[in-house]
Amino acid sequence: MMGIWLFDLRIEAAIPHYPNACIKWNEQPDRYGMSPVKKILFLLFALIGFAVPMVQGQEIGLDGARHLLNRTGFSASDSDIREYALLTRDLAVNRLLKRVVTTALAAPPSWVDEPPLPPYKMSEMSDEERMLLRVRNLERGLELREWWYREMLTTPSPLSEKMTLFWHNHFATSLQKVRFAQLMYRQNVLLRRNALGNFATLLREVARDPAMVIYLDSAQNRRELPNENFAREVMELFTLGEGNYSEKDIREVARAFTGWSIDRTTGDFLFRPGIHDNGRKTVLGKSGDFDGNAVLDILLDHPRTAEFISRKLWKEFLSPAPDDEEIHRFARIFRNSRYDIKTLLRAMLTSDTFYASENRAALVKSPVELIVGTLKQFDLAPPTLRPFVIAGAFLGQNLLAPPNVKGWTGGEAWLNSTTLLGRRQFTERILGKEDDAEEFMTKRARHAEGSFRESRMLRRMEKGMGWMRADLENWSKQFKPEDREQAITRTLLAISPRNPPNFKPDDVAGLVRRLVTDPAYQLK
Amino acid sequence: MERRKFIEIMGAGAIACTAFPCVALAAAGSYNNLLVLIELKGANDGLNTVIPFANPAYYKLRPRLAIAPDQIVELASGTGLHPQLAMLKPLWDRNELAIVQGVGYPDQNLSHFRSIEIWDTASKSDEYLHDGWLTRAFAASSPPRKFFADGAVVGSSDMGPLSGIGVRSIALADTGIFLRQAHLSRPSGDARNAALQRILKLESEIQQAAGKLNAEYIFKTNFPPGPFGNAVRTAAELIASNAGIAVIRLSLNGFDTHSNQTATHANLLHELGGGIVALRAALIELKRWHSTLVMTYAEFGRRPQENQSGGTDHGTANAHFVVGGKVKGGLYGQTPQLDCLDGNGNLPYAVDFRSLYATVLERWWGVDSIAVLGRKLPTLDLVKT
Repeated sequence: MMGIWLFDLRIEAAIPHYPNACIKWNEQPDRYGMSPVKKILFLLFALIGFAVPMVQGQEIGLDGARHLLNRTGFSASDSDIREYALLTRDLAVNRLLKRVVTTALAAPPSWVDEPPLPPYKMSEMSDEERMLLRVRNLERGLELREWWYREMLTTPSPLSEKMTLFWHNHFATSLQKVRFAQLMYRQNVLLRRNALGNFATLLREVARDPAMVIYLDSAQNRRELPNENFAREVMELFTLGEGNYSEKDIREVARAFTGWSIDRTTGDFLFRPGIHDNGRKTVLGKSGDFDGNAVLDILLDHPRTAEFISRKLWKEFLSPAPDDEEIHRFARIFRNSRYDIKTLLRAMLTSDTFYASENRAALVKSPVELIVGTLKQFDLAPPTLRPFVIAGAFLGQNLLAPPNVKGWTGGEAWLNSTTLLGRRQFTERILGKEDDAEEFMTKRARHAEGSFRESRMLRRMEKGMGWMRADLENWSKQFKPEDREQAITRTLLAISPRNPPNFKPDDVAGLVRRLVTDPAYQLK
Repeated sequence: MERRKFIEIMGAGAIACTAFPCVALAAAGSYNNLLVLIELKGANDGLNTVIPFANPAYYKLRPRLAIAPDQIVELASGTGLHPQLAMLKPLWDRNELAIVQGVGYPDQNLSHFRSIEIWDTASKSDEYLHDGWLTRAFAASSPPRKFFADGAVVGSSDMGPLSGIGVRSIALADTGIFLRQAHLSRPSGDARNAALQRILKLESEIQQAAGKLNAEYIFKTNFPPGPFGNAVRTAAELIASNAGIAVIRLSLNGFDTHSNQTATHANLLHELGGGIVALRAALIELKRWHSTLVMTYAEFGRRPQENQSGGTDHGTANAHFVVGGKVKGGLYGQTPQLDCLDGNGNLPYAVDFRSLYATVLERWWGVDSIAVLGRKLPTLDLVKT
């Protein structure tokens, strides 16, 4: 079995070196029949695979396992790390990919199947009713975020949630414009279902996802006067990247998508032929009476698309600075697999770049990674996650409400003086000493008169977290006494602490506090 | 052509300034002159902000969105303000409000993200620069070390024109909260990568700022409710600390009005106007109004022709405000050329946005602009000397 896996990988790696192997994404798959040239290559690479003892064949070790699990998940326990440490790069990634899920396990809120309220009903409402509706929508938005946080905290496949988050950021859509939380739920389900599936399928489904149709004004895009919002972003942010199309292309693409709308009573996608522009369009040099699907085909056929997605995934998983040559290699693998996301991730997560020492601790944790990672790490399972949803928003990542269509910038942009202090405060709150916390609450109370939205939010967050406190004595029992300090440090930090703690063997709590307030705790 | 105070493109002013290296200006200005930038995020619809109401094309292009003539606050012949900006009329009358029309740049990029990057880094349309223009300015000529920071970003997480390493900048939402939290930060050891370096730098900036700031001054000014009003209050508190700062950047979100623009835009302008008026009152209280320049900016303007959704799509040239006790009020630049739109239906620009920056650098701060902008750009004569 294992051998077959390896062969498979070698073939994928081999294709790019074969000049005529540029497979179009939409050609029929030819997985089983092999051309003679491919057969020779197959044998050749199989031979090399056996003859050369490769790095790939070695165990990834404790540090490698820690790195892999924290980049692809939220936080790993000592036992997770020890389990993966014994695997090779390939086997470790295979295990992660085998555990991938396509649906959430946490029970969604009860209202998710309600159709959204049609606009005409809203215009019939009194001001008071409309106000109540707004309040209800806000409440539902919070419930939906709590549900997602719960899923991230309890999922058997953190990678599935990481990728769902990744696509939420890629196909950024905001509840603030969409308004109906049930449509955001539907989109979230769609993203998770395809998170590690096929990018072409994902793109096609997102283009007709009702929340997206509302968010990028597709519903307003009519033959007589096209709205260019979706047309621009589908090229700039979803597929090609900026600079690979002209303003004229945008206008033509907008025409092709005219008529993509939603049914106002069910909230489902609806194509309205009456307002669709049937005329001839020219997009990226190709002409025809294209509709939206045809345009998506053109975009998927464009080599830049695989590069653009590879670059973005690189920044998520590998390092802040993509290497052009490697990007081209990944993009070829991605394109040749006809946009199989697992194939691309497998290539990235087994690459030398991924494991390179200079790329350890090179990425900044997102607020959600910090919060979910900390809760998970210290076995905290709060009955309500609302304070943490608010904490995430306060730290700059209000899930389901990215700042704009480009999503969160991420990386170093997560950090400024406000958010860095907020992060410290969050860990302090959960892991700080009891007396510190009391002093903190007193200071907080003194500020309670403040009318700022921030201070109101903080007060709510504080109140909700008031009783939360990690049981560090109990937590530390998972580590063997002989190398406890080392194991705790490895578990909590991606690199050695910047402020090396002066560890007293009986003061685990002191050690943990020191480590989670170290700058290195912000990195993954 | 209408009569207006046109900027000195290739005019006598620019030449004079090159010939006599602006010694007098350098002496007059310094970083004791404060700059307050207000970013109108999403791209404000300049045509419905500063309205060319005498031009029939305006009403033809905007059958649904045009502001009715009797609603417009008239400033000069043919030009007026959106009714929600009526509170700025007294500033106009006192000659403290300059309006620069037709601000843009060649080969305008219509992506929000790329275009604001161009504005933030003062790059050309096809040029990619890493540092913000203010970061470069402060690297070339740095504000006094005794300042608590070179710049502050209030109520927004991106550092915009202050991005990059080498500038001492802080971001905060509320002075009180910032000061209370600062004790959670502490100086640390060596950096090993860029991300870590960033954290260490932030820590040292937090320490420095917290040591010099206070939130003790009680304002008589009433600040408007809402996030923008809060940001204005925080800015005023930073200034009241008297700890020294060269620039404060505020932002107002939500100007990307692709659909149902009328009500949204009116609310936004109301917030903007209220914020500017409150800032002025606070600065007068602090005796800083004559040493503060307030300037708006945005990634681009919006298309003259309204769209089918009761909104406007991405456009090019835009109108911006420059306000302050030492501002020479009036209209600058070029009124919107609604009869010569380009192939996308967008306006031609007349004033390069980098001329606004050059004006700040040379005429407000008295520092060399070539080091920052790479070349000599004409400045606008809108600061009293």
